[in-house]
Amino acid sequence: MESVDKLREELLAAVEAAGDLDALEQVRVAALGKKGRITDQMKGLGALDPDQRRATGQALNTLKDAVAEALDARKAAMEGAALDARLGEERIDVTLPVRPEETGRIHPISQVIEEIVTVLGDMGFGIAEGPDVEDDWHNFTALNIPADHPARQDHDTFYLPGPDGADAGRLVLRTHTSPVQIRTMQAGPPPYRVIVPGRTYRCDYDATHSPMFHQVEGLLVDEKTHMGHLKGCLEDFCRAFFGIDDLPVRFRPSYFPFTEPSAEVDIGCTREGGELKIGRGGDWLEVLGAGMVNPNVLRNCGVDPEKYQGFAFGMGVERMAMLKYGVPDLRTFYESDLRWLRHYGFASLDMPTLTGGLNR
Amino acid sequence: MKFTLGWLKQHLETDATLDEILDRLTMVGLEVEGVTDRAKGLETFVVGEVLDAKQHPDADRLRVCQVNTGTETIELVCGAPNARTGLKGVFAPSGSYVPGTGITLKPTEIRGVTSNGMLLSEREMGLSDEHDGIVELPADADVGARAVDVMGLADPVIEIAITPNRGDCLGVRGIARDLAASGLGSLKPLDTSPVAGVFDSPLKVALDFTEETASACSKFVGRAFRGVKNGPSPKWLQDRLMAVGLRPISALVDITNYISFEFDRPLHVFDAAKVSGTITARLAKPGEKIRALNEVDYDLDADMTVIADDTGPQAVAGVVGGLDSGCTEATTDVFLEVAYFDPVRTAMTGRKLNLQTDARYRFERGVDPAFLDDACEVATRLILELCGGEPSNVVSAGAGPDWKRTLDFNLDKVATLGGTEVEGVEARRILNVLGFAIESDQGSRLVVSVPSWRSDIVSEACLVEEVVRINGYDRIRPVSVTRPEGTQGPVMTPDQRRRAQARRLLAQRGMVEAVTYSFMPDAQAKLFGGVDPAMRLLNPISADLDVMRPSILPNLLAAAARNQARGYADLSLFEVGPQFPGAKPEDQQLVAAGIRVGKTGPRHWATPPRGFDAYDAKADAQAVLADLGLPAERAQIKTDAPSWYHPGRSGTLRLGPMVLAAFGELHPAVLKTMDVKGPAVAFEIYFGNLPAVKAKKSAARPPLVLSALQPVARDFAFVVDADVEAAKVINAAHAADKALITEVTLFDVYEGKGVGEGKKSLAINVVLQPVDKTLTDAEIEAVADKVIASVIKVTGGELRT
Repeated sequence: MESVDKLREELLAAVEAAGDLDALEQVRVAALGKKGRITDQMKGLGALDPDQRRATGQALNTLKDAVAEALDARKAAMEGAALDARLGEERIDVTLPVRPEETGRIHPISQVIEEIVTVLGDMGFGIAEGPDVEDDWHNFTALNIPADHPARQDHDTFYLPGPDGADAGRLVLRTHTSPVQIRTMQAGPPPYRVIVPGRTYRCDYDATHSPMFHQVEGLLVDEKTHMGHLKGCLEDFCRAFFGIDDLPVRFRPSYFPFTEPSAEVDIGCTREGGELKIGRGGDWLEVLGAGMVNPNVLRNCGVDPEKYQGFAFGMGVERMAMLKYGVPDLRTFYESDLRWLRHYGFASLDMPTLTGGLNR
Repeated sequence: MKFTLGWLKQHLETDATLDEILDRLTMVGLEVEGVTDRAKGLETFVVGEVLDAKQHPDADRLRVCQVNTGTETIELVCGAPNARTGLKGVFAPSGSYVPGTGITLKPTEIRGVTSNGMLLSEREMGLSDEHDGIVELPADADVGARAVDVMGLADPVIEIAITPNRGDCLGVRGIARDLAASGLGSLKPLDTSPVAGVFDSPLKVALDFTEETASACSKFVGRAFRGVKNGPSPKWLQDRLMAVGLRPISALVDITNYISFEFDRPLHVFDAAKVSGTITARLAKPGEKIRALNEVDYDLDADMTVIADDTGPQAVAGVVGGLDSGCTEATTDVFLEVAYFDPVRTAMTGRKLNLQTDARYRFERGVDPAFLDDACEVATRLILELCGGEPSNVVSAGAGPDWKRTLDFNLDKVATLGGTEVEGVEARRILNVLGFAIESDQGSRLVVSVPSWRSDIVSEACLVEEVVRINGYDRIRPVSVTRPEGTQGPVMTPDQRRRAQARRLLAQRGMVEAVTYSFMPDAQAKLFGGVDPAMRLLNPISADLDVMRPSILPNLLAAAARNQARGYADLSLFEVGPQFPGAKPEDQQLVAAGIRVGKTGPRHWATPPRGFDAYDAKADAQAVLADLGLPAERAQIKTDAPSWYHPGRSGTLRLGPMVLAAFGELHPAVLKTMDVKGPAVAFEIYFGNLPAVKAKKSAARPPLVLSALQPVARDFAFVVDADVEAAKVINAAHAADKALITEVTLFDVYEGKGVGEGKKSLAINVVLQPVDKTLTDAEIEAVADKVIASVIKVTGGELRT
């Protein structure tokens, strides 16, 4: 019987000496195969007396484990080296451009409407909508703008013949989102707390007027809301929308037929060096029209003005977008110039949220 | 509305600075649009007298002048043809900046003579383009005085925006009253005491209306003057008129304009020698005409009020005077008209005549109905002062409109509606200064009468506004608005959320969102189903934006053509918005429409681009539907897309009768007309046709049932007629065993050699998911046989071998 120690020495040396995986396999067979040297030794154990058999058996088992381990380690080392060698040959030019993926954009009008909705939604305003083609009553009369009111001339209204074709059935493109106030109030009893984003139309076209533009209207009517709430709501809104905590907000008296008292709302800005900057600075910029809903408007919708009161406001979406994101020209919003859309548009997943913020 | 600071101070006793006044104007609702300090930069120029003007020894066109500047006599060289001895001009000393030339003066030698300053032209002062000579100041101007004072430039011009309800502030005195109420001084008294007439007016006045039309002119006051002299008006008056943008004409006309701007009280003056009989306010008779002061002839109709004498109309009431009876420099006898014209009728008349005048602007906003007799006296004084002559007794007809009204005013409303705490005493003071009279005063409950000039005050809310406005909107106490208690629901309705989600998804798929007009050219609309006559604009902004769009696509295609013209051939645009295919407002549809034009991308080393095809558009439509939680896979696909799609390469996605979406290649004729270089594909998703979002009881998903058994997949290929739709094969395979077959994927389409003429091979992969035990080979074979049988039965094809 060979000495186990000698055998160990020889086998481990053979493992170490194997030059490649084939040689290593031969070593394995020679040591651990059916006719291998360790296997042979194991076979011979039966001839030994019990004490010797136990001791030699243990030694052989230990040897078997050690050789197997050495074989595995040697194999892993060889495979690692082979892989390293292969990878050493495998190279790509990582500076090549990737396969093209088209990236889309969200139009600033959509983005800004979502921002406005996010801020006002948090104050409990829901979204209401109405048709772009309106009748005279909803667009004017119900809003306390009777047929002979001078404000009608200021509106530069687009007219449509309407289905009847007669002058009496003449329709208008809504000149503001305010008719949705009327539709909201007619649809059910107070309280009301809605905002209305939508397209609006005026027959006017120059550097600062577009025949189509967007507004967001607000309406809050209940039994207690007063002008202080209007001011608080719009101060909070402007500061959140522009992301400026100390943004100065100014109310000054104005006139709208559908509100009384009425106000225009300015925010602070500077125009130093010809560049407009929103924030503190002593200059003012008009951003909103607002007021307490005129009792006549409530009455026209069947709401008792002795019991209910509230406020309404309206803002131009493009104007807000221009001020916030520095878009210089109103008319470019509708030109669908890819260069413009990519520059002023927003990434598809760039959704305004209160938690993630509203400033992009 | 423009006025000058000096003019304002004629009515407002105040120590306030210009800046304080400007701030306050805006804060009481009279928004300052601009202020022009015409004296700015001209303060150093003084009145200089040319003591002696001699020919320059070395230059034909120059003169050497000795000029007395008030402090010294200096020598200067002047090239103006009117530089002469005795002239008083505007002297700019050395060291001063001349705005019209941008030059700072310094002593200069001109052909051997040193010039120490300059006499200025209007252009050099930056006042006008006048440069024919130097400014000539009046002979009585004080030498050494500031030129801006002498020239009437020192008075800053203020321009404010007047909201339609504040006609009373179209007069300087109304503005002064608001400022006085706001605590910025006090309103000065106005002398309206009667001037005694010295003769009876040879012209009488009359109102000739029916009961229904009586409101057209409810009061007419007149007065004749004789022996007046109608020359140019004095400089102070001309200065004020020019400051507010009016052209001085003659003293009499200037007086009427002045009073119009001072008191919001338009007047008219007739040359009494050119009118005869009774001056009557009446409606025009059909066919009557008038040649107006602007030398334009107007045809009048029976809804327009005129001022007529016995021969016919001499003025369009409240709008414009007649040329023939107007005052000229030769006028010696004058007849003054002070009348009240109905705002609505005046506005209508002006609109019909397409004539905007300062008088119409004021009458249509409602002038003070109780300020006729007093205005007559104010005007009388001014005529006598500036033109001399003698006044007649006043003639008058009518009583004017009934303007008197009272309103209940609960002062608590200032807080409960106006959100402002105002002391009762202060609220009463404000009302008083604004001209309201408190008729009854019990605790916080007042009854107030409204002043004649405030036709806009019609309710308690108006009174709240007056108090809060004058007290200052800056004193409204802001209160934050928070969600009503107990509401946590979403802000958007499910439909709104669908649109927002579709928008984000399409952008995520690489499309760029556009917002285009709701209008479009009729000619293009014809390609997209045409426009109902009811949706044609009566007054389009331009001829190519004349109808409401029946589809969004043409506007996107037009945008594509514009971008292609700029060199961007490949693009993917979408828009989510309204379209107007019907005759009624409720036919408005909300649609997500998109186009993909050109190639899928730029040239690339690894992935060559391909042209967009109908399947790209189909993918977009299906992706949106799937993303919105709709069963896009189950939607039927039909080949009945609208006419603007390629008839053979387009389809619709439907659930039963509802068309959810259309997609496909666009019709080549459409592309040609729209000038778009293809290929171009499009989709339209009709939100109104999508099944309503179902209200769910719970947000929880159904339990996920996972099988521990491995799915089995088998491939099949069928040879079918070339016109058999792939969906038939897929659906038939699915139907073979609905319990076991979970997925059928079509992975190959082959036409050509080996499958026969008019045939094609469709290859599908069918996945079987065992439910409770592993399938045996025999069971799998059985299902495979069912798949084959089902497909062959439906398609009439055969298994490809």
